[in-house]
Amino acid sequence: MTTSVDYNDLASQLQGQFGQGFTPAEDYVEVPCAFIAKAAEYMKNTLGFDYLGMVTAADYADHFEVIYQLQSIKTNSSALLKVRCPKDKPFVPSLANLWLGASLQEREVYDLFGIEFTEHPHLKRIVLWDGFKGYPLRKDFKGKAYGASD
Amino acid sequence: MEIEPFTAAEIERRESDGIEALRAASQHPIPDPDSWLDEEIKRNVMFTTVDAALNWARKTSLWPVTAFTACCTFEFIGASSARFDIARFGMEVLRASPRQADLLVCAGTLTWKMAPQIKRLYDQMAEPKWAIAMGACAISGGIFCDSYSVVPGYNHIVPIDVYIPGCPPRPETLLAGIEALRRKIAKESIRKPK
Ligand code: SF4
Repeated sequence: MTTSVDYNDLASQLQGQFGQGFTPAEDYVEVPCAFIAKAAEYMKNTLGFDYLGMVTAADYADHFEVIYQLQSIKTNSSALLKVRCPKDKPFVPSLANLWLGASLQEREVYDLFGIEFTEHPHLKRIVLWDGFKGYPLRKDFKGKAYGASD
Repeated sequence: MEIEPFTAAEIERRESDGIEALRAASQHPIPDPDSWLDEEIKRNVMFTTVDAALNWARKTSLWPVTAFTACCTFEFIGASSARFDIARFGMEVLRASPRQADLLVCAGTLTWKMAPQIKRLYDQMAEPKWAIAMGACAISGGIFCDSYSVVPGYNHIVPIDVYIPGCPPRPETLLAGIEALRRKIAKESIRKPK
């Protein structure tokens, strides 16, 4: 069975590498936005989390959150990382250089939440069409009763 | 034993007997060999109107185009396979090409991203053609009617002949809808445009 890593351990390991700011919680580690690419690279290359399970996002009252689920095929363990970004500056570094699969999922997050992944090779809408106005999974998105996009 | 040859008188008598017998049996002419045609024509030729004949042909050979968008499709698949068997209505020939189809079964949720393709398929079908809106999504968008990505009813994209409610409609309901469409087709006329 896949087991979860010990998040206190993980947070202190990351802190040892990159300094303060990695906050462990019961079932995830919160990573400072600027460090997510480095932290993910470290987890992939040094800690053996070779598989990116998924990238998704959530819209909270005062911030966005991007959620990464990493997995180690070798040790059969999984780890959850979360990154916060402010609503008025929704920029998060892309992981598409580390895992090609992140590219599509980051585009989906961009499409539906409007979070921009910096250094993404091809950041454009994926589920909706070019020219769609708004980001429909944001809480403040007002869908129109008759499906019009504007 | 020696056989006596017929006498001349005997030969004459036999000849005349034969002629008399044939004459007696031939008092009436034999019917012409093609007289059976009358009978066959009586059984096989009927008079009707062009409308009735055309509508009969059209309504008994509706060919649906293979273009389905969401879960209602599975009820259509159920209706088209052995248990409900739309082959009974001459409909089992699902066409992969819209050029050969005359019925669009709008089964399922239609997203705005898919809508251009459905419109294109419908436009490519040759006249006369019909469309059935199957299920809540096809009628009005269903539970997704105010979604940012869903067309609130196929009738925003193509003209619909019959609406079949349900989420999804069971095959019996679909068959009832097909029956309704057949009744509708039976009333069409070549004299006025559909
Ligand atoms: S009407 Fe119901 S079953 Fe049919 S496509 Fe919509 S959600 Fe699916």
